[in-house]
Amino acid sequence: MFDIRHDVLIALGGILAILVIASVVTFALRTKLSAGIHRELNQRLQSWWTMVAIFAVAISVSDIVSLIFFALVSFLALKEYLSLIPTRRVDRQVIFWAYLAIPLQYVLVGYEWYGMFIILIPVYAFLLLPMRMVLAGETANFLRAMGTLHWGLMAMVFSISHVAYLLVLPEEVNPGAGGAGLVLFLVFLTQFNDVSQYIWGKLFGRHQAVPTVSPAKSVEGLIGGLVTTTALALVLGPWLTPLDQPQSIGAGLIIGTAGFVGDAVISALKRDLGVKDSGSLLPGHGGVLDRVDSLIYTAPLFFHYTFYLHY
Amino acid sequence: MVRVLRWVFFVLVVRPVIMVILGLNVRHREKLPHQGPAVLTANHNSHLDALVLITLMPLRLLHRIRPVAAEDYFLSNKALAWFSTRIIGILPIPRRRTTGVDDPMTACGEALERGDILIFFPEGSRGEPEKMTEFRGGIGKLAGRNPEVPVTPIYLHGLGKALPKGEAMVVPFFLDVIVGEALRFDDGYEDFLGELRHRMEALAEEGDFVSWD
Repeated sequence: MFDIRHDVLIALGGILAILVIASVVTFALRTKLSAGIHRELNQRLQSWWTMVAIFAVAISVSDIVSLIFFALVSFLALKEYLSLIPTRRVDRQVIFWAYLAIPLQYVLVGYEWYGMFIILIPVYAFLLLPMRMVLAGETANFLRAMGTLHWGLMAMVFSISHVAYLLVLPEEVNPGAGGAGLVLFLVFLTQFNDVSQYIWGKLFGRHQAVPTVSPAKSVEGLIGGLVTTTALALVLGPWLTPLDQPQSIGAGLIIGTAGFVGDAVISALKRDLGVKDSGSLLPGHGGVLDRVDSLIYTAPLFFHYTFYLHY
Repeated sequence: MVRVLRWVFFVLVVRPVIMVILGLNVRHREKLPHQGPAVLTANHNSHLDALVLITLMPLRLLHRIRPVAAEDYFLSNKALAWFSTRIIGILPIPRRRTTGVDDPMTACGEALERGDILIFFPEGSRGEPEKMTEFRGGIGKLAGRNPEVPVTPIYLHGLGKALPKGEAMVVPFFLDVIVGEALRFDDGYEDFLGELRHRMEALAEEGDFVSWD
């Protein structure tokens, strides 16, 4: 229990300090901001406090607790996705089978069976779920049902489980901060990038980046976020991960760009479905899907980048 | 003792299943009644409907909440009858008015006088998943006899996917719950039913959910 690394503890302390500062600033600005914006900021901050607290406990108690936590994130995200998209009544059983991929995938992480972890969903689920749909016998909207279900599994289970796999990578490669250091680096930079793109966009946003998908996203926000995230990656990378300085810059660029794309992809999906938020679990943020949208893109890309270079 | 069992069942079984395995997106929670007597009405798709409505209300009111349910189904054998009346807390009524038997609405009226919160499904039966059918007259009769009691319309979506009629396996789906403005019986039975129906349809429209085909 609580065999938490010294460096990870310091990093968590840093996140705590950022939250304290953000809360103080929000409180100090309460008379300068409009009531609506202040309320939204407060709600968001409160959700951040909760998320950081849960996340900190999840990655510091033990690997088993961390795996259960990330499995739960996958479950909540997949459930939100499947509740938003059109599904077919005949596919109830198929959807049940799709959910079973979650415990299986995370058990594979727990056993560090990389070869199976990396093909369970792209190969086996991909081939078997349509077969189960054929047995159900309904051909109307078959392609839609098959495609949307597989996309959901890839995004919510396959992608997100890469965060968990960082935890079980061999410790000796990253003796300072261990797997928890890698997770912290990825998740913190991904979320930091979201917030900094938002702030840069609010301050200097002039040119829309993807006007038909997400009118609020600007080129200025994207570039400002990318620069800030990369600078932070350069500082944190050599300390929390096995990456050296040039490699850390690469990681920052990957996380900044991929985070933007992930966010935009989920925005496009929600626009197609005609919903604003994917849920109401996190006040001020929307649903779980709204919070992990960037992670869907950053997690596998950062994982394979680091994996290729060092493991 | 039974009251403790009921509390334990709802805290340890019903709430975790509904909040974690399924999950609720509730809109306009503030429109729910804060005390009895009151009536909650909802569209009916699944056995879980009543449990979801009970979960919406604070635990301190748990002992007050009584789902009104058909006695021919829920009292059909001893074990089910014990579980339904003691643990779920149903108020059993006959589906049809039979000669020589008390009016089914009498028991409901008495419960309201005690300050209970009744859960009432105007469609009567669960029917096709995610489709609203005709309202039967019972709710109008009940409201007409208790005009001071607020009737809160609630639209439920997603339970017909998670556990439809005739299925035993729960498949996780988020449930959407939209609470409407409470109404009271004013003048006329037909008016009341029409207004209730109208409000439920408005709630369904507000949800604008994708089809389940």
